[in-house]
Order: sequence, then C-alpha cells, then structure tokens
Amino acid sequence: MIDIRIQSNEFDFSQEVKNFQNNKIDGAVVCFLGSVRDLEPKETLEKLEIEYYPKMAKKVLKETAKKAFKKWSLSQCLIIHRFGELEVNEPIVLVITQTKHRKDAFKANEYIIDFLKINAPFWKKEHSPKGAKWVKQNRRDLEINF
Amino acid sequence: MKIIYFAKIRELIGKSEEEISFPNSVKTIEDLIVFLKNHNKIYHNVFENYDFLIACDEELVDMNYEINKTKEIAIFPPVTGG
Repeated sequence: MIDIRIQSNEFDFSQEVKNFQNNKIDGAVVCFLGSVRDLEPKETLEKLEIEYYPKMAKKVLKETAKKAFKKWSLSQCLIIHRFGELEVNEPIVLVITQTKHRKDAFKANEYIIDFLKINAPFWKKEHSPKGAKWVKQNRRDLEINF
Repeated sequence: MKIIYFAKIRELIGKSEEEISFPNSVKTIEDLIVFLKNHNKIYHNVFENYDFLIACDEELVDMNYEINKTKEIAIFPPVTGG
C-alpha cells in the first residue's frame, strides 16, 4: 500500500509509525524524519518557506514509491511532505517503509528520500533577520547512483 | 501555450504563469528558450544566468524534447525538497 500526503499542517510521526505496527507479517519498519534546521551559528532562521508544484509533486512522490516497490519487497510505504511556512525543529518530510526484513526497509527508505530530494518539485526559502534566500541544491545529492 | 514558473524563477520573471504564443518554428524546449530569450531582457537574464529545469505536463524533460503535444510547461530552479 502506498500513502502519499502533501500538507501544510504538522504531522505526528510517532502515530504514523504506530499505524505501521498493525501489520503482523512484515516486522521491519524504517522511518526517516527530516526537520527544519537552524542556520549557521551567526544567523537565526525566522521561518522556512516551502513552495511546490502540486500536480507534479504528488505524481513524483507516487512514482518514487512505486519504483521502490519494484526494487524491494515492500508491504507499505508512507511519504508525507509539507509545504507553507515552518519554524525550526518542525518536521518537513517523513518516509516510512515496511518489509519483512530490515535491510530492504533501510535500502528502500534511503532510495525514496534520495530520489525525492533531486526529483520532487519542492523549493525551500530561508528567512532570517538578514533577509530571505532560496536554498541551493546540494551538489552531493546529484552524485548518488540509483 | 501555458507556461508556469516556480520559486526563484517565478520571482525573477515576475509572474507565476502566462499564456505565450510562439511561431511554428519553435519545436523543442531549446527553441522555446531561445525564443523567450529574444522576447525580452528579463527572460534573457534568467535563462542565461540561472540554473533551471523544465517539466512538460509534469514530466522532467531535456532541451531536445518536442513540445507539439504539450499542454503545460513548467520552468523552475533545481529542486530542494526533503
């Protein structure tokens, strides 16, 4: 089962993980939670703004999950990505993968988050007392071989 | 054709979407970018100096992609989600 959600409101990741424990056959659940980081020591993040391309974002997240299903024997996968204005420490993205054994759950989870970071149309803008600036893509993310 | 812009590209262009008519000689994404660059200085500056990606009907495409069946073109910076 694939569950994709793009939302502005905060999510409760512990509740989402608990929902996965209802599956009695596949015992491995891996959860990746990405949260808003503060800026470097001399700067303070006032807010993180996330813009996205709705139609394409949903499509890319769904296709990413489907690719993971083809590569590993997943039973369930949840991807939540937020948009709007977020504060430091607030959760941005959640990826939960479930398989029979742990290795596939880890691999599938890493694949999904790595793939969405360079393909899903979301953009972050950092607001600080010095002004606002768009976050640049991390070149290292592009070097990953899928 | 409908063209939509996101994030920094949207801010630089100064609008989030527009309908643009272009001549039949514009067949690929590369043709379109050349056409837009010649259209005015703002587009010229954006497409000359900033990294951008193109999606046709929500699929990422390269510069050789033929746009004759495309309904919506999106132009945006490299993505930074996750």
